[in-house]
Amino acid sequence: MYLCDMEIGDKAIIKKIVAKDNIKRRLLDIGLIEGTNVECVLKSPFNDPIAYLIRGAIIAIRKEDCNKIEVDLI
Amino acid sequence: MKIIALAGNPNVGKSTVFNSLTGLHQHTGNWPGKTVSNASGKFKYNNKQYKIYDLPGTYSLISHSEEEEVARDFICFSKYDLIIVVCDAVCLERNLNLVLQTLEITKKVIVCVNLMDEAKKKKINIDLKKLSNILGVPVVGTSARNKNGINELLDNLENTDFNPIEIKYDEEVEDAINILIPYLEDKVKVLNPRWVAINLINYEESLYKKITSYLNYDLLKDKIIKNQLIYIKENGNYNIVDNLVKKSEQITKEVISYENKNYKQKDLKIDKITTSKLFGIPLMIAMLMVIFWLTIKGANYPSDLLFNFFSFLEIYILKFLEFLNIPQFLIDLLISGVYKVLSWVVAVMLPPMAIFFPLFTLLEDLGFLPRIAFNLDKMFKKCRACGKQALTMCMGFGCNAVGVSGARIIDSPRERLIAILTNVFVPCNGRFPTMITLITIFFIGINGNSFLSVIILTMVILLGFLLTFLVSYFLSKTILKGVPSSFTLELPPYRKPQIGKVIIRSIFDRILFVLGRAVVVAVPAGALIWLLANLHINDISLLNHICSFLDPFGKMIGMDGVILISFILGFPANEIVIPIILMAYMSTGNLVEYESLESLRTILVNNGWTITTAICVLIFSLCHFPCSTTCLTIKKETGSYKWTLLAIIIPTLIGLLLCFLINNISNFI
Repeated sequence: MYLCDMEIGDKAIIKKIVAKDNIKRRLLDIGLIEGTNVECVLKSPFNDPIAYLIRGAIIAIRKEDCNKIEVDLI
Repeated sequence: MKIIALAGNPNVGKSTVFNSLTGLHQHTGNWPGKTVSNASGKFKYNNKQYKIYDLPGTYSLISHSEEEEVARDFICFSKYDLIIVVCDAVCLERNLNLVLQTLEITKKVIVCVNLMDEAKKKKINIDLKKLSNILGVPVVGTSARNKNGINELLDNLENTDFNPIEIKYDEEVEDAINILIPYLEDKVKVLNPRWVAINLINYEESLYKKITSYLNYDLLKDKIIKNQLIYIKENGNYNIVDNLVKKSEQITKEVISYENKNYKQKDLKIDKITTSKLFGIPLMIAMLMVIFWLTIKGANYPSDLLFNFFSFLEIYILKFLEFLNIPQFLIDLLISGVYKVLSWVVAVMLPPMAIFFPLFTLLEDLGFLPRIAFNLDKMFKKCRACGKQALTMCMGFGCNAVGVSGARIIDSPRERLIAILTNVFVPCNGRFPTMITLITIFFIGINGNSFLSVIILTMVILLGFLLTFLVSYFLSKTILKGVPSSFTLELPPYRKPQIGKVIIRSIFDRILFVLGRAVVVAVPAGALIWLLANLHINDISLLNHICSFLDPFGKMIGMDGVILISFILGFPANEIVIPIILMAYMSTGNLVEYESLESLRTILVNNGWTITTAICVLIFSLCHFPCSTTCLTIKKETGSYKWTLLAIIIPTLIGLLLCFLINNISNFI
């Protein structure tokens, strides 16, 4: 399952990030690494981007980037 | 004098801390990326002088965008006595990452955990003492907005109790670092060899280039270092920052306890509405309309008052000038030229500015702007641009020059250029009142239906948005080809706006500043128009000569020569366009008694204005060349005359085209 497949209220753990360097570093900045807990909290009016609760902050990520991040639901 | 720098993640209140330390008034706002360049200030405490820099927000010292580079370069390569890393108490964990990275570079760090009041409200307890023990540097808790803890922070400026933790990485990373250090020690001057080693392993081009130019020596050209590095890289995969993130997580667990795990719920409830499919976008437009309505409704009365005041004053100034025995020619120049334009700029422009700007700042303070970017991002993506462009557009409402330099928050240079080139389609604080005045005096009348004015104004603004999208798309398909890059956008918690402070600050910092500029421009422009109107060649005034020359062209696009001249003269400050138009009409003979805004409509109508003229002027004031300040800013930000020229040509061409179409359609009808 990928990050973009999560529904609002779903909680998950990041399993694998298969993204290019640039976005990978962006994700690192906000503390999104393998093993991080995330919760899907908001979807924008057009369903993209989607916002997640990551380490206490709400961060919006575009679909193209979310679908490179594998997660396990908890 | 000691040099201090304030670093920290975006939107943690660095500028607020800066303001409370220095007593200055840097503009603050609740969204990431407010500060895009270093601001500096001086202050004195306990008889010691300090100079302090407010660095742009950055998540890490591996930078992505230009504003982050500013902060990184300062921390890595500048001389300073102390870095204060400002953290957000509500999400301390992520902030600690930057603290740890900074500690790798220098030990002279004080951690300022700001927004303690917010954390308290959300029942998040932070053990600052324990945090200080773990980090080995002073930690101070503050609520800079209420000035809480600022004195303690000041008291700690001379604290030299730095004994920072050694951040230990995984064994294989440590081994790699230890291999490199001996080769680096004599080559890296004052830089910390361990830090240089880490950055060689975790190679990042822009930082490496900076290190090279700082040392004036290319470390990778050194054969031994290069070989060691190749050897290291062959033997492992190093996730340096992963280590720091995990370390932050571990520290956070030790110092933070939550009384209420669901502290985000209240904000989320609001966000569920502001970003919902059904209400998200209508709500944004409604919000905009409410602000417009308040501005229009509220501006009329003070405008009229100012008008009366200035006409009243005119009599006395006239008497005074006559008393001084100044030649009549000069009196006319000063009164009918300079004074009239000046007083109109103030009477017509000041009230809407003074209402709109604080209202908009309140939205900004509340934290609403990032939600707009969140809602609209998909549309920007469709145009192959960045959702953060919505933020730069919002800044454009205040001032296009600010919007242009604010585009630094956009990482991708391509998307940043798009944001810069299209910013002018958002009417700034100078053009916005022009539109309001025009709508009020021409379409609606002073006591007319203000709701209708709001509708017209909103349509114009939405047209501006539409043009922004279209032009962005067009640019992405032609000269700025490319695919949208990835981005992350933080939605900060809502914060209660500081109403009183916002009003006072926006009046003193922005409105008076902008108005001052307009007044400075209005003086020579008023004098020039008066001279043109009163110097005659062949019994026809120069103004008439010029106007009749420009008239055919102006008529083609639904306007006339006077309007075109006014737009050209308004290049340094758009605020003076309407006053110049009126003044030029009055000086060409159609003299009308003007006592109030109502009479202004008569002047326009007597000079051949129709609905079409008014619509064309509205459209043209939305799309024409940016003001001189904005042009200079574009030149500075893009570093190229080519892009600056394009930023002038695109909106002007579109404006001319639209007006031409409107004029022809209306002739046809």
